[in-house]
Amino acid sequence: MSTEITTDVVVIGAGPCGLFAAFELGLLDLKCHFIDILDRPGGQCAELYPEKPIYDIPGFPVVTGQDLTDNLMAQIAPFAPEFHFNRMVNSIEKQEDGSFKLATDADEIFHAKVVVIAAGGGSFQPKRPPVENIEAFENKSVFYSVRKMDDFHDQDVVIVGGSDSALDWTLNLQPIVRSLTLVHRRAVFKAAPASVNKMQELVGEGKINFLTGQIGKLDGENGQINHVHLITDAGDLSLPATRLLPFFGLTMKLGPVADWGLELNDNTIKVDTEKFETSVLGIFAIGDINWYPGKLKLILSGFHEAALMARAAKAIVSPGERVVFQYTTSSTKLQKKLGVA
Amino acid sequence: MEVIRDWGLNIKAECGGALSCATCHVYVDKDWMDVVGAPSDEEEDMLDSVGDVRANSRLSCQILMSDALDGLKLTLAPSAAKD
Ligand SMILES: Cc1cc2nc3c(=O)[nH]c(=O)nc-3n(C[C@H](O)[C@H](O)[C@H](O)COP(=O)(O)OP(=O)(O)OC[C@H]3O[C@@H](n4cnc5c(N)ncnc54)[C@H](O)[C@@H]3O)c2cc1C
Ligand code: FES
Repeated sequence: MSTEITTDVVVIGAGPCGLFAAFELGLLDLKCHFIDILDRPGGQCAELYPEKPIYDIPGFPVVTGQDLTDNLMAQIAPFAPEFHFNRMVNSIEKQEDGSFKLATDADEIFHAKVVVIAAGGGSFQPKRPPVENIEAFENKSVFYSVRKMDDFHDQDVVIVGGSDSALDWTLNLQPIVRSLTLVHRRAVFKAAPASVNKMQELVGEGKINFLTGQIGKLDGENGQINHVHLITDAGDLSLPATRLLPFFGLTMKLGPVADWGLELNDNTIKVDTEKFETSVLGIFAIGDINWYPGKLKLILSGFHEAALMARAAKAIVSPGERVVFQYTTSSTKLQKKLGVA
Repeated sequence: MEVIRDWGLNIKAECGGALSCATCHVYVDKDWMDVVGAPSDEEEDMLDSVGDVRANSRLSCQILMSDALDGLKLTLAPSAAKD
């Protein structure tokens, strides 16, 4: 049985623009649920450049991607939005009563009166190394993340990469595998020094292997690999292996957004500039994912879009209710909602 | 990278030149390696996230175009091509 959740608004994507939408919707008493494939909020800011400075957020001479995310989370906290991470929205269906039914890959169904697509450049997905026929082995013997440790029990595992994920899984899996080889293109790791030291100890003790090189080719059949061919400085070599875990970080793929029957403009969703509504009444799109003449993919544009979208969303959720324009500085009603009055 | 994109080539360059994605990966023609120079440490770190690095790998968004590079020859790496 799938879990069913009913709410006013589902926001797809917890990047900066989606997050700020929860503030604007919250001021109008609309409750939001967020769904994001990442394991934390912040979208590109948190995943691609948490430590880099942003200089064009109005009012902040400089703020890092992570600090902006943390500030947005603090700003929307009074409205208690709910977050559903590590899942992808696969489908949106319009129901007869005008509401929407969304299905995720985690077997949940969301019912919402309004859907806000804040999907940025698309969902983050693991980078696939440029290796011929790798698709044929994916999710059978080649994995981009470890969902079940059991899948690796007593296996000959090859882990590729020099990041924290590569090192962490090398350390975590080592005790349960039959053999483990870590492969990276150089002997420099961009990972926590403690994990690098631990890994080198294991190599020293002969419990794991480390090779500098890159994957050239995979051998196997019916989805099951049996050899990984490596290209190394010392020549090519073939390594017996039953599991491969490449860790090359994440990339953005438009993903299922393209299949939701919305009018598109080259991988972005067409909206109007009054409500930021898509070609389907009740589905809005804000932030990097939308397109209109003059669109700039800037965080500040998404903030503005969120404010206008929220008014239109309110009219759908509470038809006929009059919305008075108020400032947060002077309205005690708004301040009560923010928990400061 | 801007130049590559202006030519309408199939380069991903997801992060728009901010050295955060490595999807603008190119191979520099061997005759041009000395002129273009080696990647910075930060660029080397970013190159860790592609599976097809070679000795002549660079992230094209980090190559500043100048007159000295007139005639530069590059090959787009498979990992940087749009799919
Ligand atoms: C290196 C770098 C530097 C930048 N510098 C600046 C700057 O200085 N100033 C500026 O204004 N902008 C800057 N940007 C751009 C800015 O980060 C984006 O404009 C902003 O992140 C867009 O926010 P968003 O909320 O629209 O989408 P995103 O941040 O892209 O977030 C979208 C989220 O939606 C999720 N998602 C998508 N589809 C699905 C699905 N089907 N199911 C579940 N989840 C899904 C994704 O996983 C992602 O987390 C920069 C970008 C980069 C990469
Ligand atoms: S465009 Fe992203 S690193 Fe060059």
